[in-house]
Amino acid sequence: MHSFGYRANALLTFAVTILALMCTIGSLSDNLNTPSPSAQIEILNINWFQKQPHGNDEVSLTLNITADLQSLFTWNTKQLFIFVAAEYETPKNALNQVSLWDAIIPAKEFAKFSIHTSNKYRFIDQGHSLRGKEFNLTLHWHVMPKTGKMFANKIVMSGYRLPEDYR
Amino acid sequence: MDWQGQKLAEHLMQILLLAFAVVAFATGYIMGSFQMMILIYAGGVVLTTLVTVPNWPFFNRHPLKWLDPSEAEKHPKPQLAVNSKKKSVKKN
Repeated sequence: MHSFGYRANALLTFAVTILALMCTIGSLSDNLNTPSPSAQIEILNINWFQKQPHGNDEVSLTLNITADLQSLFTWNTKQLFIFVAAEYETPKNALNQVSLWDAIIPAKEFAKFSIHTSNKYRFIDQGHSLRGKEFNLTLHWHVMPKTGKMFANKIVMSGYRLPEDYR
Repeated sequence: MDWQGQKLAEHLMQILLLAFAVVAFATGYIMGSFQMMILIYAGGVVLTTLVTVPNWPFFNRHPLKWLDPSEAEKHPKPQLAVNSKKKSVKKN
């Protein structure tokens, strides 16, 4: 503490150490939040369902996605990344996931929404096993914090079925 | 900055920074605003820098009292004794 430089250095070091501690506690405080998100996805229409020339099945859907994810936001949340995946089982693979739609929610006021959309990314099965297939639509989310630990979770909605015939 | 001043500067720095950290965190958490926490803490760091880093007069209230040179000239014997002892040690 005898010179200007020594005091400036000591202050900066201590200040940054405390800042790191504050960020750590801020991240830990996320655990106090018990979110209760809800989501509903309706398939309004199957626009078309066909077999591609080289053999893969492809579906186009119109979805209505309604969700209330406001409770996921805390003071330490920067944004949410959410995506809807179609999940189904085939004889070869126990879990197939196809991402159909995604979004970034930048603030709490946009976290309660209802959107009417066709699938943003193509729903293609690597094979031809989609006819009459029962599948789940799962809303996954990743909570991106300002500092600290990322959280991820999902809501599984089951009971959707594709038609038996191409159209 | 004298010895007492250095001690005061170090204590002031630690107490001020910790106090601002607690206030900033509590305010940010209650208001639900991470930005508010950072702003208050940044303000606190700047204020602490201004208080403790420059060599303010109140850090120099306890100057060391060195003996006057004339006082030392009046008592030359102790110095000689020390010198002779050192010389004898070196000789050994």
